[in-house]
Formats: sequence, C-alpha cells, structure tokens
Amino acid sequence: MTTKSLKVDVHHLTRVEGHGNIVVDVQNGELKQCELQIVETPRFFEAMLRGRPYSDSSHITSRICGICAVGHATASLRATEKALGVQPSEQTVLLRKLNFHGEILDSHILHAYMLVAPDFLGVGSVIPLAKSAPEVVLRALRMKKLAGDLCKAISGRHTHPIAMTVGGFTHFPTSEELAALRERLVAMRADVDTTVELFSTLPIPDFSRDTEYIALHKPDEYCFIDGVIASTDGGTWPTEDYRRVTNETIVPHSSAKHTANQRESYMVGALARFNVNYDQLHPRAKAAAATLGLKPKNTNPYMNTVAQVVEIVHCVEDAIRLIDQLLARGVVWEEPAPPTRLSGEGVGACDVPRGTLFHNYVIEDGKVIGANCIIPTGQNLANIEADMRKLVPEILDRTQEQITRALEMLVRAYDPCISCSTHLLNVQFV
Amino acid sequence: MSAKPKVAFFEFTSCEGCQLTVVDSLQDHPELLDTVEIVQFREAMSEKGEDYAIAFIEGSCSRPSDEPKLQAIRQQAAIVVALGACAHLGGVNAIRNRMPLQEVREYVYGDRAEWFETYEPRPIKDVIKVDAVIPGCPIDRREFIKAVTHLLQGRMPFIPDQPLCMECKLKENICVYTRGKVCLGPITLAGCDAICPTYGDGCEGCRGLIANPNIEAMRQVMHEHGLTDEAIDAKLSMFLTNQIMALEEAG
Ligand code: SF4
Ligand code: SF4
Ligand code: SF4
Repeated sequence: MTTKSLKVDVHHLTRVEGHGNIVVDVQNGELKQCELQIVETPRFFEAMLRGRPYSDSSHITSRICGICAVGHATASLRATEKALGVQPSEQTVLLRKLNFHGEILDSHILHAYMLVAPDFLGVGSVIPLAKSAPEVVLRALRMKKLAGDLCKAISGRHTHPIAMTVGGFTHFPTSEELAALRERLVAMRADVDTTVELFSTLPIPDFSRDTEYIALHKPDEYCFIDGVIASTDGGTWPTEDYRRVTNETIVPHSSAKHTANQRESYMVGALARFNVNYDQLHPRAKAAAATLGLKPKNTNPYMNTVAQVVEIVHCVEDAIRLIDQLLARGVVWEEPAPPTRLSGEGVGACDVPRGTLFHNYVIEDGKVIGANCIIPTGQNLANIEADMRKLVPEILDRTQEQITRALEMLVRAYDPCISCSTHLLNVQFV
Repeated sequence: MSAKPKVAFFEFTSCEGCQLTVVDSLQDHPELLDTVEIVQFREAMSEKGEDYAIAFIEGSCSRPSDEPKLQAIRQQAAIVVALGACAHLGGVNAIRNRMPLQEVREYVYGDRAEWFETYEPRPIKDVIKVDAVIPGCPIDRREFIKAVTHLLQGRMPFIPDQPLCMECKLKENICVYTRGKVCLGPITLAGCDAICPTYGDGCEGCRGLIANPNIEAMRQVMHEHGLTDEAIDAKLSMFLTNQIMALEEAG
C-alpha cells in the first residue's frame, strides 16, 4: 500500500481541441480529487438559434466545431428535416454518407497521426516529427488532403460545408470528379496499410476498465447517420429518446454537463462504435482490426485511437463503394426536397468522429423556437474521469512526470473536442 | 537560419476551424515549416515558448478574463494578426449581442446562469491593437499563405476592398438571386473566390462589410425577393451583428 502524495495540474491540455485542465490530488495514497475541467468559454449556440429561420441552423451550428463541421451540419439538417417532414432523396442520402466519410477520415487522420502519434514517437508535436520521420508526416498530410478534397467536391469546403441544405444539396459533384476521387481512394490503400502497420507497432498502454459503450446502430451498415441508439449493456432506443440515454447533469468544475445511462458513465466514439457495430465493418477493416489486436468488446480506452485506424480502413472502402453506387446511377441535379409542414419537433443523430451527436429542434412557422445539442465529448467526460480514478491508483508507483503523461495520453485518446463541449442544460421548450 | 521569425497561435472563443485551416495549408505548403519557427500552437503541439514576434489570434473575446491574456500577447508580439471572422468581427458568437445577455445565459444554463463567465463577444481589435486581419469563416488557405509570405517579406497582409459580386462575376457564376435565393455579395468583402455562390448558396457575409456598404439598398433588394424584415435581420446578423450595430450607432 503506497502512502504517496501527488498533485497533477495540467493547465490547458495540449494537442486537443479546446481548453481543458486535468487536476489530480492524491494525499497519503488516497485519491482526493480527480477531474477533467472544461474551462472553455460558454458558446450559447442553442440561444443563438432561437428566432431564426430553420435554414440558418446548419450553417450556424457547423461553427460549433471546426473539426466535425460536417457532422454538426448533418445532425442539424436531420433534426430540421424530421421536424418539417422532409424526405431526402436516395442521392442526397448517398452524398451525405460520402461527405461524412470524408470528415471521419480527415478527423481520424489528424488525431491519430498529429495529436496521438507524437506521444509514442517521443516528441512534443508533429513538427519535430517532420524532421525525424518526414515520411510519416507526409503520409498523414497526403491522406488528409484526400479526405478534405472529398468533402470539398461534395459540399464546397470541409470546415463549414456550403452546399448542404435542408432536403438536399445546392451543388453536385460531376462524374469526372467522383471518378478521380475514386482512383485516389484506391491508390490510398497503400498508405492505409502502412498506417495499420505503424499503429500495430505502437506500445498502447495496458489499462482496462469495463464500461457501457454507446453508438448509433443499423443492422445493415456501419452506422454514422440516423439509426437507433444501442448499448453494449443491452437495449436500443429510438434517437427521439436521447434524453433517456444521456440524462445530463451539471457539475461545477466543467462548463459541459455530464451524462450517464445504465451505469455511472458511458463511452462514445470510435471504440464504442467498434464495440457496438463490429459485425457491420467492411471485411478489410475487420482484417485490420485483427492485425491491430482489436476485438470486441475491448475495454482499454487507449485503444480508441486504434479503433479510429480501423475506421479509416472502413471509410476508405465504403467511400469507394458509395462512389461506385453514385457513378452507376449517375449524379443528377435535383432541387432539395421541400418541407411538408412548417412547424414540428425533430431529433437528428449522427455518430461523428468523437461519438454520438444529437441536435433537437422545435420549429414553429419556419422559425426555430427551441434547440438542444448534445455533443460526444460531453457524454465522455464522466467516463474519462472514471477512467482516471481507476488509472491513478494503478500507476502511483511511477514518477509524477510519468503519471501526468499517462493521464494526458488517456484524455487525448478520447479525442476530446473541448471547443464545443461548452453547453447547456435545462433547455425548456416553450 | 536563426533569423526565422517566431510565430505563435492563440485561440479564444472559436471553433478552431481557422487553426485547422492553417494545418490544412501545410498539406499544400509543407515548406512553410522551414521558413518560420512555431513556438506555440496548443491544438497541435505540446512545446510552448513565450518568445514570439508574430501572434495569430483566433476567436473572439467573450469574457472579461480574456482581456489580460490578450494584453499579454500584445505586449510580447511585434505583430498581431486576427485570424478569421471570430477574431475579426466577433464571428457567429456575436449573434447573441442583440439578445438580452441574461436571457441568453438562463436559456442555456437555467438557474446556474451565473456559474460561467461571459459578456458580449467582440472582435479582438476592441480589446487590443490589431495590425492585420485575415478574414473569413473559415479563413481562406491561399490568403493565409499569402499573408505569411507578406509578413516574412516585412510587409503587412493586404486585403483588397471590393465587393464579392465583382469576384463572383469573374467566376461567371449564375447570380443566386436569379434562382430565388438571397446573397450578401453586394456589401461583403471579396477574397474568398465567391466560394458560396459558386457552390449554389448565397453569401453570408463572413468576410465582413466593404468600406461604404449601402445597407438600406441591400435590405431593399432582399425585401423585393420576398424576405420579411425579420428574415433580413437574420441574414445581416450571421456574421455582421457587431459591424451593423456599430453603423447604427454611428447613425
Ligand atoms: S472564424 Fe469561423 S472557422 Fe474560424 S474559428 Fe471562428 S467559427 Fe471557426
Ligand atoms: S451570387 Fe451574390 S455575389 Fe454573386 S453576383 Fe449574385 S449577389 Fe453578387
Ligand atoms: S461567399 Fe460570403 S459567406 Fe461565403 S466565404 Fe465568401 S464571404 Fe464568406
């Protein structure tokens, strides 16, 4: 039994999106305090949507987060479409999925290569890595560029997409553009394989804590948009019932709320999706998972980055499939599907890079009168703290520096997006 | 070699999309890393240096406790560049500046409205002196590269003052007004290659107003295209709330 005392105070955690502090206080071997503090400024997006035309919502909420802007826009459009009885066409659904894959790829490549890999390669950032291992950095940039170009072809821009609108698109990629992207995606397989190899050699910390894993689920595809909410503890819920799953509570040390479903906390994100939806993965992604030593249900949160690598494989393959499907049917210019009513309530759910995202709007006469957004990092916060509470006693024999690093790496593995985790509570719909 | 300018990136209230655009710029221009020394970029690196000459600031200032931080950056940096619409104009964050602050707080945080510090989001220039601006939400990659090149040459980045419509015409776009949509092109600063009209959507004004915008004529045009006063106000407040409020105040 150790009688060690320890204080960890990481002010403004680096290589994550947004501002967060890690505070751990151990006195005589007893864990007194263990918190991930969110110190980002509150953003008030829900309040900003109120009173505005429904067509503004996706453009405004995409500005919640620069890294999953397509995810916010898509969830926002789905919430609006459900509220107003809009039925998007099959082509719209295909293009949205393809666009979404572009964003998942962009975000996962950024996180795995530029934010996480430096920890394992013993450098403070990707910048010295550009000197010591230029091929790694160039590979990451090459892959990321393709992901960005995919988004650009469909919606004009990756961060803050332009051409996505309620009911459809305002611009369409040509067959030539899609065919060229397909060719580049096929060529990218070599980089993807090298990525799998690289991550299979990284010494992922040995730590495990069983928790509830939650992701959107569909029986016939690896789900990123719509579906039902599903848990590894059993149970599914329609997305409309998201409040029953998230059960938000407020904690004083964080401007983001905490959530809990069937246990004291749950996890969302790539590892949760992998655990819930393994069966729906592309065969090449399953093979990559085997190479990477990842099997469901995996309970090591550090493996979230590895699950992201598996999803990189899946998204590349599925993007190729989607392009084939679009090319076979031909992309035609079509007007967005119109609303069938101007008042209603809807919930849009998407599994964005960091996990399940919900947008919920109440619209009256074409104007948003109530809004609630629940972002993945908010759902993960309680789980991250529970991980830290289990991890700290297990590694107390290490130096303060090692413990700090292990905690930073743990938080970073979740790929937290703190910029947008600043939100809300008690949203009253009038 | 040792004369490489030291550069730091900071973010205040923002989505970090502009900093991500900086990372993306490196996809096309990796040589940039050889010309400057980045000493701080919290989102991308753990190393942290306080010795910098150029500070790029993303995000708006939305709480009093941000002010001393901005002042410290101003003291250190020879050149301060506002990066993107949040830093330049207050960005989408400023949408709420026409709403009663207390109502906004209570809507989102209920009876804990007082727990979190906030005030009306403002552009960086309202707090400290800003030497240059790279507009847009997000910033334009080419413009960022051009601005850095200018700074390295000892020049200030130059943003031409002409309306977006000119750029849009050069691109031979079909004006979105002819397709029943509205666009702020006539009063918005060009420089993004008219990307929104090119992708079939109207301009939201993210680069800010041209020098002498005729807001009344713009309202009239939108009115003729069937927008109510309320809808026009919504259009003019996605990115332009602070600028329009300042114009109103000036009369
Ligand atoms: S200007 Fe736009 S892209 Fe840049 S930080 Fe602000 S919201 Fe994000
Ligand atoms: S689409 Fe907009 S920017 Fe282009 S010409 Fe028309 S009003 Fe001007
Ligand atoms: S077209 Fe308008 S809204 Fe779009 S990027 Fe350019 S200035 Fe911004």
